[in-house]
Amino acid sequence: MFSSLSFSPQLVLSQLVVGLVNGSFYAILSLGLAIIFGMLNVINFVQGALFMTGAFVGYFLLQLAGIDYLYALFLTPIIVAGIGFLIERFLLSRIYKIDHIYGWLLTFGLALMIESIFRQFYGVSGRPYPVPTWLRGTIDLGFMMLPIYRAWVILVSSIGCLATWYAIEKTQLGSYLRASTENPQMTRCFGINVPWLICITYCCGVGMAAFAGVLAAPIYQVSPLMGSNIIVVIMAVVVIGGLGSILGTIITGISIGLIEGIAKIIYPEGSHVIIFIIMAIVLIVKPTGLFGKRIR
Amino acid sequence: MKRKYLSLLMGISLFAQVNLNSISSALAADAGPVKIGVLNDMSGPYADLGGKGSVLAAQMAIEDFGGSVLGKKIELVSADHQNKTDIAANIARKWYDVENVDMITDLTNSAVAIAVQGISKERKKIDLVTSTATTALTNKECSPYGVHWTYDSYSLSNGPVRALIDKNKKWFFITADYTFGQNLQSTAAKMIKDLGGQVIGEAKHPLNATDMSSQILAAQASGADVIALANSGTDTSNTVKQANEYGITKKQKLASLLTVITDVHSMGLNNAQGLIFSEAFYWNANAGTRAWSEKFYKRHGAMPSMVQAGTYSAVMHYLKSVKAAGTANSDAVMAKMRATPVDDFAFKGAKIRADGVLDHNMYLYQVKSPSESKGPWDYYNLLATIPQGKTFQPIEESECYLVKK
Amino acid sequence: MKYLTYIIIGTVVLLAPFYFYPTILMQILCFALFASAFNLLFGYTGLLSFGHAAFFGFAAYISGFAAKEMGFTPEFAILSGALMGGFLGLAIGALAVRQQGIIFAMITFALAEVVYFICLRAPFTGGEDGLQSVPRGYLFGLIDLSSSLRMYYFVLAIFIISVLSLYRIIHSPFGQVLKAIRENENRAISMGYKTQQYKLLAFVLSAFFSGVAGATKTLVFQLATLTDVHWHKSGEVVLMTLLGGLGTFTGPWVGSAFVIALNDGLADIGEWVPFILGAVFVVCVLLFRKGIVGYIDLYLRKTGKQ
Repeated sequence: MFSSLSFSPQLVLSQLVVGLVNGSFYAILSLGLAIIFGMLNVINFVQGALFMTGAFVGYFLLQLAGIDYLYALFLTPIIVAGIGFLIERFLLSRIYKIDHIYGWLLTFGLALMIESIFRQFYGVSGRPYPVPTWLRGTIDLGFMMLPIYRAWVILVSSIGCLATWYAIEKTQLGSYLRASTENPQMTRCFGINVPWLICITYCCGVGMAAFAGVLAAPIYQVSPLMGSNIIVVIMAVVVIGGLGSILGTIITGISIGLIEGIAKIIYPEGSHVIIFIIMAIVLIVKPTGLFGKRIR
Repeated sequence: MKRKYLSLLMGISLFAQVNLNSISSALAADAGPVKIGVLNDMSGPYADLGGKGSVLAAQMAIEDFGGSVLGKKIELVSADHQNKTDIAANIARKWYDVENVDMITDLTNSAVAIAVQGISKERKKIDLVTSTATTALTNKECSPYGVHWTYDSYSLSNGPVRALIDKNKKWFFITADYTFGQNLQSTAAKMIKDLGGQVIGEAKHPLNATDMSSQILAAQASGADVIALANSGTDTSNTVKQANEYGITKKQKLASLLTVITDVHSMGLNNAQGLIFSEAFYWNANAGTRAWSEKFYKRHGAMPSMVQAGTYSAVMHYLKSVKAAGTANSDAVMAKMRATPVDDFAFKGAKIRADGVLDHNMYLYQVKSPSESKGPWDYYNLLATIPQGKTFQPIEESECYLVKK
Repeated sequence: MKYLTYIIIGTVVLLAPFYFYPTILMQILCFALFASAFNLLFGYTGLLSFGHAAFFGFAAYISGFAAKEMGFTPEFAILSGALMGGFLGLAIGALAVRQQGIIFAMITFALAEVVYFICLRAPFTGGEDGLQSVPRGYLFGLIDLSSSLRMYYFVLAIFIISVLSLYRIIHSPFGQVLKAIRENENRAISMGYKTQQYKLLAFVLSAFFSGVAGATKTLVFQLATLTDVHWHKSGEVVLMTLLGGLGTFTGPWVGSAFVIALNDGLADIGEWVPFILGAVFVVCVLLFRKGIVGYIDLYLRKTGKQ
């Protein structure tokens, strides 16, 4: 416990800022997971492992090809989306006809495989990834010095989340997506290639995870354990936020980050479990989630 | 019904195929070589502290000793316990029961060390703990067959606390939340209080955490004079790096309670400069340490940490004692180990106490600034030597049943 | 023919500790029981719980505490662990069985994380260090279990009693209703069965026997750690059951023997073990959903007809 520390505004505000940074990651990762669940009705447990893969790809691009951060931010999601394409076409598509709970087990197996490959070669401690030179330095917020990079993370995540929301809710492609989610049969009758849409969705969801991975590399170090640490949290976020609600997922992701930040002041040991307590309560009381629209 | 039993039979034979090697080792005769086991963390936050370097150090000791003792060959086995107590316990048990290992050393990770020392005690086998800090190994969990070799929480805290306490009374701890960190924190906290200081707060983090932001910011908000880091390995590197990012070091001092040279190397002098801590060994201390370290560097690619030097020292002393005792029997060997002072480039004159502590000098170092450093790995300035007899917890205060009155 | 197979299996099982490292055998028996208990819920009732490690691990801690701090004899330590596992099953089950499918699985997952947290923070568990030096004690106050051989036979006895009980549960009217619920729950409801109660009872029984497995494991290794309550363990038991054969009686045994033998035999190649396990998982889900015993059964049935 933070014994003999009063609730100084400095403490509260600085922890909230840290919470906002974490929440930004949760929002972007859960968004990918939520989109995939919405379209495929599969809990993509490998989202965490692909987040980690994205970070490593960014690390490799820098170490082996000298490709720096900004290019990595755009290149990595494409590379990892390619992996996602292979997963969806050759593995996931085979389970659509059977109980979708097997999708969870399948992606769990995949996550184990991917994580163990990286652990074999890189152990479990992180590799450092340097903060890009143009993002170094700190901003004096008065109550704390905020590293510029972390402010950048908040900015980029917000843009990413808003862009995704806009794409799904306001564009034509997005409307096809939403239609396929609601009623795939009917949508096919309109001549829309639903399997292709499903594949694109999966690749995008996975690409978002990889994007978050590169974003995370300078803060969280590039470590094979990145994925398994975060996957349980983002699963909880998606469930709490509500299946089928994009805005709900974003709001929940950020809120969970903030709640974690506050928990770290009041009862730091419980900052991790508070998420699951909320998840259990929401599932028992309102299984569709806080912002959810329908049960699957 | 018949089908079910046949299926089961086939299942059993499948299992038997996979396990054929177990049969052979269980039936193997026990007349074999003297076996030494190095059990530590090879892939996690402590991989550089001990890891494969420690295995190399043990190997070098065996080679320098001659490769055989009492007419028997000396064999080395090693394993990665991944910082998991149950994996370590299983490996230790298997080594003792099935592979007839005579002595286990290194044992990075305090929880692992306690568990394995317990198992060794049960089976009357020697364990020489050349890393980990927990003082429990020589207090509540002490064993007549265990020696805590290189350092412990007391000797680690002694130097930095005494060096800083006069001008810095308010301390804040950032601690690894398991037995190592908790033990290190409570040992140092007691010292701080006894010397007139005050512990105004603490922030814990899980082992191998990568983001220390909230702990660092809490330390900053507390307004403490000194932020003491009761963690090690990559946890320390991360904390120091991020503390610099958040600009903490401008107003507050950082004291590490356990840093080794490989951590400084990974942090870089820009981040680590000015850091004060105690070590039992520095490769550049004198001609003797330099000579051995150069040999180690050629084979490992990095300078040795105090853990790796400690492993060499422990294995060498063990082998010498086995030869002197004329047998690998644990009681006889332990008697010889206690009777003879250690004699090598790192721990000359060190003696094993009745509670299992290896009493030796500790050195207080400060990390050089980049301009002071003359080359790679030239990182330390010696601030003080804490002599043997004053480094460790006074034996009268020990809770070990072997010395308690 | 039937008696011949009984004799062969009996001999193998009774003589095994002389040829194989007994600790590995005991580990297999404990996990085989854990997987069988899980199979009752997933294989026979059709409910996937992704938090079964909670019962296994919680019982492991309770039995360790009972044996170490309260001086219970081994049979009572195991019993107390199992009973606590059962009560935990009642608590979690009551909350979870109201939902179906993925929601049910997620509730069990979330509540298992809460149990993990409790085990992490509770003073008696030793947190990250685990509960160590648990004494094996004297069975019934008379038989010293510190010898691996005697411990093996004790564990074997527990295993046999437990699986016979599970057998009885499955091959009973109650068991038939469970299978009906797995096939089509709405149909079972329309036939007048109060499926919620059946599901809850199956859940509690599954938790109880998982508890027996966990409690016994603590006495075998004399150690209870957080690994026992971690969600990776929940995933492992799903793998063992799926690999061995979902809904078959002996499938879980084969699955756990395979996984543990793999872990042990290939321990030297370190991280490739979880890779292989993950790959096995993927292959099982895609191509091999009936599991080893399931396919052997199918094969024998086909050749039997010819």
